[in-house]
Amino acid sequence: MDKTISTVAEAVADIPDGAQVMIGGFGGSGAPIELIHALIDRFRATGSPKNLTVINNNAGNGYIGIAAMIKAGMVKKMICSFPRSSNAEAFNEKYLAGEIELELVPQGTLAERIRAAGAGIPAFYTPTSFGTELAEGKPTEEFDGKMYVRERWLKADFALIKGQQGDTVGNMTYRMAARNFNPLMAMAAAKTIAQVSELGEPGSIDPQQVITPGIFVDAIVEVAQPQQEEVLVRTGVVY
Amino acid sequence: MPDFNIMEDKLSNAQIAWRAAQDIEDGSYVNLGIGFPEMIAKFQPEGRDVTYHTENGVLGFGKAPKEGEEDWDLINAGKKAITLNPGASFFHHADSFSMVRGGHLDLAVLGAYQVAQNGDLANWRVGTKGVPAVGGAMDLVHGAKRVAVVTDHVTKDGGPKLVETCTFPLTGVGCVTRVYTSLAVIDIEGGKFILREKLPGLTMEALQAVTGATLHTDGNVLDLIVPEDL
Repeated sequence: MDKTISTVAEAVADIPDGAQVMIGGFGGSGAPIELIHALIDRFRATGSPKNLTVINNNAGNGYIGIAAMIKAGMVKKMICSFPRSSNAEAFNEKYLAGEIELELVPQGTLAERIRAAGAGIPAFYTPTSFGTELAEGKPTEEFDGKMYVRERWLKADFALIKGQQGDTVGNMTYRMAARNFNPLMAMAAAKTIAQVSELGEPGSIDPQQVITPGIFVDAIVEVAQPQQEEVLVRTGVVY
Repeated sequence: MPDFNIMEDKLSNAQIAWRAAQDIEDGSYVNLGIGFPEMIAKFQPEGRDVTYHTENGVLGFGKAPKEGEEDWDLINAGKKAITLNPGASFFHHADSFSMVRGGHLDLAVLGAYQVAQNGDLANWRVGTKGVPAVGGAMDLVHGAKRVAVVTDHVTKDGGPKLVETCTFPLTGVGCVTRVYTSLAVIDIEGGKFILREKLPGLTMEALQAVTGATLHTDGNVLDLIVPEDL
């Protein structure tokens, strides 16, 4: 079952207007920059995809990656825990002008909602946010003397993720703390598209080292020298 | 002894961090919040083996790397570059927050805008303006065996940060167990502030005057003594 796609442009070609898209990464690590930029290229050439809902821990930094998507006007809504970053101008401008929606989710709840979606669990209870404004309108329940908030799963139409090693059947590893949300998002989307630095034949990854089993990955593309978000932000790159 | 001046004679952030560090137990797993709480690691007493957790999926990280030696795939929750200690591990976000909510951390230390006498904490936003951002703060206040706060005792205007009821949006309810301030060390037990230590030059009355809720005592109040030059 060869899931290889030869270019990032082909990999993101069928993401439609209005799609809900999870994008891996945390701050400057683990973001699939080439897949995101391929999506921006498509939007600039064709006007699609637009009106996207993007799920990520942050809301972009600088003028690359998710920030560039927002700046380009492709994003209708962000679902994230921490829209602030060293340079969150792209998001801030749109948000303060009322041009982008924000659903703010505590970071652990965001991770668990994504995990729950991938695991087929429609709702769960967490102590996080109980008694705060982020729990307003949500059902609560007491378990063993403590109060908890019910949270729903969070699914997506597509996930764009980044790994270190991959094989053609979709098994993946991650580089250091670039793992973060990537393995969770791989499970929670109807279609998961991965970019990896090294793409090999089945067997090229020791099965004991696989973090994301190939069942969670639908398409895999090699980007041999991937750009790193933090480095791009620090060098002032504008996409 | 000259009169105690609360704004001049209070502890610096480094001194507050030093005091908080003295209570970190050998063999503990600890999460230090972004910013001021991170400073505590610098003052970890010698001979104690402490493992630091960061929300983005690293356990057992060490000091910051030298400038120019950063690897930006190796960062903490504050997006700063870190290094690894022997025995470190990586994991994804759901495992990371399982460590938090699941009660596996011994201690979480956070900053605060306000702490209420019942342990409520407000530390994520002060009003309704601007762009809200919560990150992992609401998760971190649940699950750790001890949730401590490091903070100035008063606001920049001299108003109390330790209050009867928080007026800023809450991060969590009844979650804080100990507060290290620029003037005192205070436990929260049974819905009350219990004063454990105060700066030696400071009278009980003067401390109460800058605290927004009643300070109780339970046994001796010790002198809060920290190194002068940190």
